[in-house]
Amino acid sequence: MYSQGLIGADSRTGESEEFLEAFQKRIDAEEKIEPKDAMPEGYRRTLIRQIGQHAHSEIVGMLPEGNWITRAPSLKRKAALLAKVQDEGGHGLYLYAAAETLGVSREQMTEELHSGRAKYSSIFNYPTLSWADIGAIGWLVDGAAIMNQIPLCRCSFGPYARAMIRICKEESFHQRQGYEIMLTLCRGTPEQKEMAQDALNRFWWPALMMFGPHDKDSAHSEQSMKWKIKRFSNDQLRQKFIDATVPQAEYLGLSVPDPDLRWDPELNDGKGGYRHGEIDWDEFWRVVKGDGVMNRDRIAARRKAWEEGAWVREAALAHAEKRKAAMAAAE
Amino acid sequence: MKDENLFNALIELADDHSILCHRLGEWCGHAPILEEDLALTNMALDLIGTARNLYTYAAEIEGRGRSEDDLAYLRNERQFRNLLMVERPNGDFAHTMLRQLFFAAFMEPYWQAALESRDETLRGIAGKALKEMGYHIRHAGEWVIRLGDGTEESAERMQAAMEALHIYVDELFHSSPAAEAAAKAGLLPERGALRTAWLENITPILAEARLELPEAPNPQIGGRAGLHGEDLGHILCEMQYLQRSHPGATW
Amino acid sequence: MQKNGRLRWRPRSEAGASPRTPGYFRTNDEESEMKEETPLWEVFIRPRNGLAHRHVGSVHAADAVLALDAARDVYTRRGEGNSIWVVPSAAITASDPDHADETFDPTADKIYRHPTFYDIPEDVGHM
Repeated sequence: MYSQGLIGADSRTGESEEFLEAFQKRIDAEEKIEPKDAMPEGYRRTLIRQIGQHAHSEIVGMLPEGNWITRAPSLKRKAALLAKVQDEGGHGLYLYAAAETLGVSREQMTEELHSGRAKYSSIFNYPTLSWADIGAIGWLVDGAAIMNQIPLCRCSFGPYARAMIRICKEESFHQRQGYEIMLTLCRGTPEQKEMAQDALNRFWWPALMMFGPHDKDSAHSEQSMKWKIKRFSNDQLRQKFIDATVPQAEYLGLSVPDPDLRWDPELNDGKGGYRHGEIDWDEFWRVVKGDGVMNRDRIAARRKAWEEGAWVREAALAHAEKRKAAMAAAE
Repeated sequence: MKDENLFNALIELADDHSILCHRLGEWCGHAPILEEDLALTNMALDLIGTARNLYTYAAEIEGRGRSEDDLAYLRNERQFRNLLMVERPNGDFAHTMLRQLFFAAFMEPYWQAALESRDETLRGIAGKALKEMGYHIRHAGEWVIRLGDGTEESAERMQAAMEALHIYVDELFHSSPAAEAAAKAGLLPERGALRTAWLENITPILAEARLELPEAPNPQIGGRAGLHGEDLGHILCEMQYLQRSHPGATW
Repeated sequence: MQKNGRLRWRPRSEAGASPRTPGYFRTNDEESEMKEETPLWEVFIRPRNGLAHRHVGSVHAADAVLALDAARDVYTRRGEGNSIWVVPSAAITASDPDHADETFDPTADKIYRHPTFYDIPEDVGHM
């Protein structure tokens, strides 16, 4: 569950023109690049950064939803939420493995996350304050993620594309799960509907921010598009998301918290689309840079799990060594 | 009500599974290794599946139109009938794995015996749960072995977990009057008869883990009478909060 | 550098290593603060009898038994298979993509290995 214009990737690369051209030819021919293929250093670096950010987003993303597992209001919802948060963990795992094919270890990436050097989707730095937030996350956040993730299934880097195919398949229930929660709340008591509206109010703008800065302000987008790591621009995907989501909000009987939202028949090459109001990019950068409500708590929770689990990992390794030694002695 | 004893016995079992699922769910996102986040959640999902089957069947036996959620979310501490072991806080990974092993090592032979139940629904529930418990024994057992015979620190932690949890083992083999009656009626297994099977599951694992099961001259017993420790109330506060604060709402 | 698509030469020892070469690329120059790393395993699953095991992904685990459990818990949650193999990633030796030309191209002109190379009159029937 991730979607964000890549933040802070350095796609600079120092190879010869000849090398870069030959590489670009492979990309243009829709050839997949596999881990041991020669590739520009910038391509490798961008991928490690992007897959890492994606993986971290899945892992940190377990926390806001995990926050409601013990308070899920029915056994059915509890089982679905457990399965969904588990999926996010699995997706983080697949993605770490995809990045590991490039020679960076999961431990190194984990260390980057814990030290604050690696970023993750800023949406997870917002708190989940009510049960409706679980609905809103499934509906909006997973909805936004799907927009981004489906094109990633065709990413030029083989292991990433393969991980994304598996992830997209598994995630197909996530958005429906969220929307069903919203639907149930909206058809429920006035308090429940109010809860749903409040969740939409709080998650709408952060969901739009998930697609990253506007194209004109997105420094590394162009190179990523050329290398087919990315297939659509931030603004294209955001537009697609808004056009798909506004009617869904109407169906729920909820109002999108944007007074400037209006239908414009000229958009999308005359097919029409929704124009939206100004996104608060100051808020976006504030949260990305660490000053969202939950940034510190999220990293602290991940660090705690990792540090308090160190003795478990060490014990497993020590036991494996003992077994190896015992086997060797028996031979 | 068709069979009050069976209803009560089913509630006991359902509460065991629901509360233990709740505890495992607390780990989700906080496990020592990502792979264990998935493993612990898988076990939690097995448990909630069985809990739902049992609550649903209990509601059916009761015949008063209550749902699985009414039973899980609208009874209070004194009405909960789970074993004390399953409500114990997770502690560290050693505690969680040992508790899981203790529980699964009992439920596996329990469901095995329940395959002979006179009740078809219970045979169905048992058939599914039996396989799940087999995996829980294996997975938790592998960890108990590794932690018991890993590093000095892990061995100490495993030992501490053993000291903390062994006093709850005896309650596994106790039967409430309801469970006793259900056993006599050939519906559910006799819990007291499963001690040998439990030990057969546990003993080889503990041996490899270099652990011993201490004697428990004064075991902790009371869950089946609704006499719990202080932790259960807090579990229910969290678990039931939405159902309680929005009476009658649908989720 | 060589022509026809040969992009960059790397010494044999490095190129012939496992497809994942830990430490090949570091995201930071400092030594990692992490302690010993839990090994990586490649996971292969057979969807059902009659099919081959297929690579599905990887897990981290301290030993083979935990790796099998992890593979089960991670990769078979939706009934994806009935048999699992796990192989230490470090145990895999891979062919070198830089040598792909001499490894794979020489077969391209040996068309007599394919049935369509041979002319048989249609009257003979299916062969």
